[in-house]
Amino acid sequence: MDPQTLIARRVARELRPGNLVNLGIGIPTLVANYVPPELKIFFQSENGLIGTGPIPEQGMAHPLLTDAGGRPISALPGASTFDSAMSFALIRGGHVDVTVLGGLQVDAEGRLANWMIPGKMVPGMGGAMDLVSGARRVIVAMQHAAKGKSKIVRRCGLPLTSARPVDLVVTDMAVMGFENGRIKLLETAPGVSVAEVMAVTEAELSIPDHVPQMKI
Amino acid sequence: MQIKVRGLPHCKLSKTQTAVARTPAGVFIMKSVSVEEAVAMIPNGASVMVGGFMGVGTPERLIDELVRQRKSELTIIANDAVVPGRGIGKLFDASLVATITASHIGLNPKVQEQMMAGKVAVNLVPQGTLVERIRAGGCGLGGVLTATGTGTIVEEGKQQIEIDGKRFLLETALRSQFALVHAFLADYLGNLSYALTARNFNPVMAMAADTVIVTAENIVPVGVIAPDHVMTPAPLVDYLIANG
Repeated sequence: MDPQTLIARRVARELRPGNLVNLGIGIPTLVANYVPPELKIFFQSENGLIGTGPIPEQGMAHPLLTDAGGRPISALPGASTFDSAMSFALIRGGHVDVTVLGGLQVDAEGRLANWMIPGKMVPGMGGAMDLVSGARRVIVAMQHAAKGKSKIVRRCGLPLTSARPVDLVVTDMAVMGFENGRIKLLETAPGVSVAEVMAVTEAELSIPDHVPQMKI
Repeated sequence: MQIKVRGLPHCKLSKTQTAVARTPAGVFIMKSVSVEEAVAMIPNGASVMVGGFMGVGTPERLIDELVRQRKSELTIIANDAVVPGRGIGKLFDASLVATITASHIGLNPKVQEQMMAGKVAVNLVPQGTLVERIRAGGCGLGGVLTATGTGTIVEEGKQQIEIDGKRFLLETALRSQFALVHAFLADYLGNLSYALTARNFNPVMAMAADTVIVTAENIVPVGVIAPDHVMTPAPLVDYLIANG
């Protein structure tokens, strides 16, 4: 299984029946592919839709129905549309149960940096700061390391997305939570040892006696 | 029923071209104006809010006309900078923007270039904060308190207020001289409704500008939009652009 699929499938297991969920771009978008329909998850697109559906059939796309990246989507039965003030009232107001976001760095305090690399990439934060500040539960879905460098760091060197710590990080190597300013290793990916995770991770990990394998 | 005309001093429409007319039956209706006339009202250096999200729900005809009339040094407030060739991306293609306030510019390399060259000033604002600042501007509020951005570089230079032990940033209201809005339906009075994800910033911006100029995919008789389905009430609309 490729790393992105592994991460998306593991994150999908975190969603509960009836949850209102906002997925960021990149790996988080893939999570929707692994959620069984019977869970009746409501996916929000922050450009103004609850009830996003798959890419429409050929010839059925509508130019006024897109995801936050401007790509055509469909809407499921029971969908609702609204303006951006309502969309972010839902996000900031704690009505979104779970948001899944990509990351550049997560530090020992659980703080996320995912919106700019000074001097290199200044795209803007879009909705990321509101999502991390306001969603009930924040899950980061990202590769454990990029170009051999750990993305799980002692302290974020990149500008923070929010001071509010995230709740869970799912990578291609591990699942991690946060406890008293430390990162707790919760699960390892299939075929990955605790020692291997520790070797690739810059931040110190707290390792319980038993670390189960990631269920996907 | 009466519609108030709210022409501005710089409004170039003559008296016979006012945005409101009376039908033989005595019902006031909004008289549509041409896209050329409407854009001629916008001076160089104007502050302009533009509806749309990645170009979806953006009044493209007004943008094209801004480019044709080469309105320059614009101060733009919009969710994002779209991509070159689409929505307000066209304003950057033509180098007509001096300042943009937006939540995201990352998909338009031209904005990045113009920003790096010092030609465009960019104010990045978290999306929820941006829409709430515009909402505040349209609702007679001085600003809003939000926890978004606390503990990040967004808080720099802003007043912080603690309420019940939680820190909030004071984010001030935003208004502009013009709002360019795109609706799905406009009736003859100027009542508006929007479609699907093309609503986004449009109804919020229609509250927050001195002059509101609207394009609509369909201009329909009064009554086609049921009162419960009107999203922007007619008195907020100053000019409706003629279709066809």
